[in-house]
Amino acid sequence: MPPVRTNVLALGGLVTAAFSLACALQVAMPRDERDNEPFDLMQTLLGDSRRMFADHFFVKADAYFHSGFYPTIFDNRESFETAHMASDAGVVEEKNKGDEHSFLGQPLDVFDKFSRNFFPSVHTHMDEGGADEGHSHAGHDSGELKEGHFVGDGHDHGHEEVGKGVREILPWLKISASLDPSRVDTYTTTAYWLRSRLSKSDEAEQFLREGLRRNPRNPAILFELARIYREDRKDAARARNLFEAGIASWQKTEPAKKEPNVFLLHQLMSHLAQLEEDANNDLRAIELWEKVKQVAPDPAGPDLHLRDLRDKLAQKSGQQ
Amino acid sequence: MNNILAVSSVVMREMYRRKDFYVLLILTVLITLILGSVNLFNDSNIVRYLKEICLLLIWVSSLVIAITTSARQIPAERESRTIFPLLAKPISRTEVLLGKFLGCWLASGVALVCFYLFFGLISAARESGWPLGSYLQAVTLHWFMLAIVIAIALLGSLVFAAPSSNNTICFVVIAGILLIGRHLHKVAVGMEQPSRGILTVLYFLLPQLGWFDVRERITHNWPPLDAGPFLLALVYALVTASVFLFAASWVFNRKRLQ
Repeated sequence: MPPVRTNVLALGGLVTAAFSLACALQVAMPRDERDNEPFDLMQTLLGDSRRMFADHFFVKADAYFHSGFYPTIFDNRESFETAHMASDAGVVEEKNKGDEHSFLGQPLDVFDKFSRNFFPSVHTHMDEGGADEGHSHAGHDSGELKEGHFVGDGHDHGHEEVGKGVREILPWLKISASLDPSRVDTYTTTAYWLRSRLSKSDEAEQFLREGLRRNPRNPAILFELARIYREDRKDAARARNLFEAGIASWQKTEPAKKEPNVFLLHQLMSHLAQLEEDANNDLRAIELWEKVKQVAPDPAGPDLHLRDLRDKLAQKSGQQ
Repeated sequence: MNNILAVSSVVMREMYRRKDFYVLLILTVLITLILGSVNLFNDSNIVRYLKEICLLLIWVSSLVIAITTSARQIPAERESRTIFPLLAKPISRTEVLLGKFLGCWLASGVALVCFYLFFGLISAARESGWPLGSYLQAVTLHWFMLAIVIAIALLGSLVFAAPSSNNTICFVVIAGILLIGRHLHKVAVGMEQPSRGILTVLYFLLPQLGWFDVRERITHNWPPLDAGPFLLALVYALVTASVFLFAASWVFNRKRLQ
């Protein structure tokens, strides 16, 4: 058996060799943009697998949005392909199919039927009160259970207070964003719920700006930021600049993609058109609504709006 | 019955002397408090993520306590050879086994009460309501589920050669049942025979531990369970634990002790 000193020296030699090799590889590796980014512990520990975890936590937030009533990988997930919390926030286009209330289907056996007593098996949305609201309505005449979904009377519980339950999705969204900063939906969804239901527009803006630092000039983040300035801060000038920056950024990046995000362009243009209309810039609004018509999934809506706007403009000029 | 109670009291005393429970409780408290101190968008009322993580830690801790405690009972007695003076007394092997079971189950129950008290305190600190009925149901269901787990681990300790292999097998099987047990029939439906038949039989044979897991309901403040399903689940736990205890007793009575 070799003496202890030999073993220690051998171990020291191996550690030195490993360290030297790591340094040599680090120098030899091609430098990319990431070298300029600050040290990220998650990136170091998890590598690219962190994106998978980020997706998991985003879905987890959507499960919280449903108070735990959510399909597992063994259930029919067609009606949950797009996260409801994101589509309800208007930050992504909904592509869900099927009935979201009954993904569990008919019970396969007596065990399956009995087991449904022990986990959430009623469809609710947190912004409508979630499990609390469903429960409180269960004992009232004013609410009823329709196809497994609680439909409340919508006036007796203080809507603003009820919607605040949506705060529970935020921890998972924050973790998701820290794991995958390039996942833009996380920033926009979080910002929407923060400002719309929790009246935290400052926190929403701060979070979006963090997203913008990680994803410079991203049109979706610019759009959500513009909504804060338009809807919460009532600052039309800055909102206009941000919408226009969003459209410009979209036109630079999206057309080259295989599937451009036309839904986002539609959102950007229609909000900007509405802003111009509210500011009585009618000619600019008409010009923008014309563009909205070209990208809208159903041009009939913008078309009708355009006709109303032109009639209004004609009346105005007639009065003058 | 006195014999069973005497053996169980020894098991309980042994558990309080060991440090497993205290370490797990302190870890659960520390992890939960650290996570609770995180600032999330300046909103101090966010609580459900904390409840979920705390409940997960409680479940993991309780399984560790229940499995490791019950898996070492009989092998430890055999190894230290204290089983022989014990069996020389007017006590049957079945009574020894039932005493061990009762001791482990009661000790796990006391541990659960401590864990759930902490959970209740954390919830009360952040939430306005304190759904005592739901919490009592959760702790009762959890405790009855542990009866099945302890019975399985005791049977394993008589079948497998070493406590370590028994621990590992019990953890894998019980975690597997908890994670995918209730979905096995759904998976079986999409398969061809004979896999379909085998999986379906397995689904009906395995203990339905998922019935005792009401964490989702507690986390999201769903109302308490109706009395019917709740009581039926408890009866199911007692029957299933009895089946495993009967099997363990049968093996123990036929086992040659050396």
